[in-house]
Amino acid sequence: MKDNPFSLWVYLSQSPLLWLTVTLLVYAGTDAVSLATRRHPLANPVLHAMWIVGAFLLLTGTSYTTYFAGAQFVHFLLGPATVALAVPLYENRKRVLASIAPMLVALVAGSVTAVVSVVLLAEFAGLPRDVVLSLAPKSVTAGVAMGIAESLHADPSLAAVAVILTGIMGAIIVTPLMNRTGISDFRARGFAAGLAAHGIGTARAFQVDEIAGVFSGIAMSLNALVTSFLVPLAVTLLVR
Amino acid sequence: MIDKTAGASLDAKIMLASLGLILLCQLIGEAIVRSLGLPMPGPVLGLLLLLILLLARDRFALLARGPLRDDGVETAGKGLLAHLSLLFVPAGVGVVQKLDLFASHGIAIILVLALSVVVTLLATVLTFRLVSRLLRQQDAR
Repeated sequence: MKDNPFSLWVYLSQSPLLWLTVTLLVYAGTDAVSLATRRHPLANPVLHAMWIVGAFLLLTGTSYTTYFAGAQFVHFLLGPATVALAVPLYENRKRVLASIAPMLVALVAGSVTAVVSVVLLAEFAGLPRDVVLSLAPKSVTAGVAMGIAESLHADPSLAAVAVILTGIMGAIIVTPLMNRTGISDFRARGFAAGLAAHGIGTARAFQVDEIAGVFSGIAMSLNALVTSFLVPLAVTLLVR
Repeated sequence: MIDKTAGASLDAKIMLASLGLILLCQLIGEAIVRSLGLPMPGPVLGLLLLLILLLARDRFALLARGPLRDDGVETAGKGLLAHLSLLFVPAGVGVVQKLDLFASHGIAIILVLALSVVVTLLATVLTFRLVSRLLRQQDAR
């Protein structure tokens, strides 16, 4: 190895250690920039970590499979993190019960809108059938959306990408959009962010307001439940 | 029951058991979903299980032990959620596999997702406010 520095690269670039380290360090960097810009919506840490790591893979000619062998340790935590959403739900149960009626109605309205709008728009745009199916669960958290896509025999990895793009766009747009509507009820604003933009929206909501974050987390977990049932139904009714 | 001086190692033990409990909820969730062919993801059922456990813990003192004591599972859960956005990065990088699809349909996909997210945000927030107002609820803040 000493006589050929390239062989060290060959070894490291195939090892999970390198790509796990890259994922954590790049995210730590983009998160620091996001903090330094006082959490400006456009400095979204996921968005920037995504393209920086992606560009790094393309430049070094590393396959996504090799990258994922390392990054899967982070990705795996999406499942336990979904289970962990029970904790904020439990801790805020009094507050949740107090707003239960507006929440449940908004939950139904929101999740139906999320699924129906994306399916109709995607069909209208003439996207191929398997793409439409993979976009349908885009408003729920990645682990859940991938499960839904799998059960529909769609493309789970495209579903995950759609989820993340949706989350990033939702997180960027939610604050200016809500300010424009003049709604200052942070329960409602947070609930909408979590419902439309899952965990990335929830992370954004916590940056803006504590109550918004709590309601966002609740919306995200409730929507995961509802959407799991809704997508198969909507697909049967709406997709050609 | 346990020596007070063993506090630090007790915390570590509870943390480990708490993570174990979260994984166990997910595992049971996956097992039930798979074996019954339910149309929902395993972790979502795991979420319900953990919520039921936490609520049952408040009712039956018998359950308040190990990770269900002294905020054990609560602390572990919050730790997992603290860097929730990080967990989306590996799947997001998956976009490099979809460059062909994005070259041909990228603009349509982005527009569809962007329009849908705006419509969803508005439908949700307006419904929430409407029902809230109908019930004459005062704003929480």
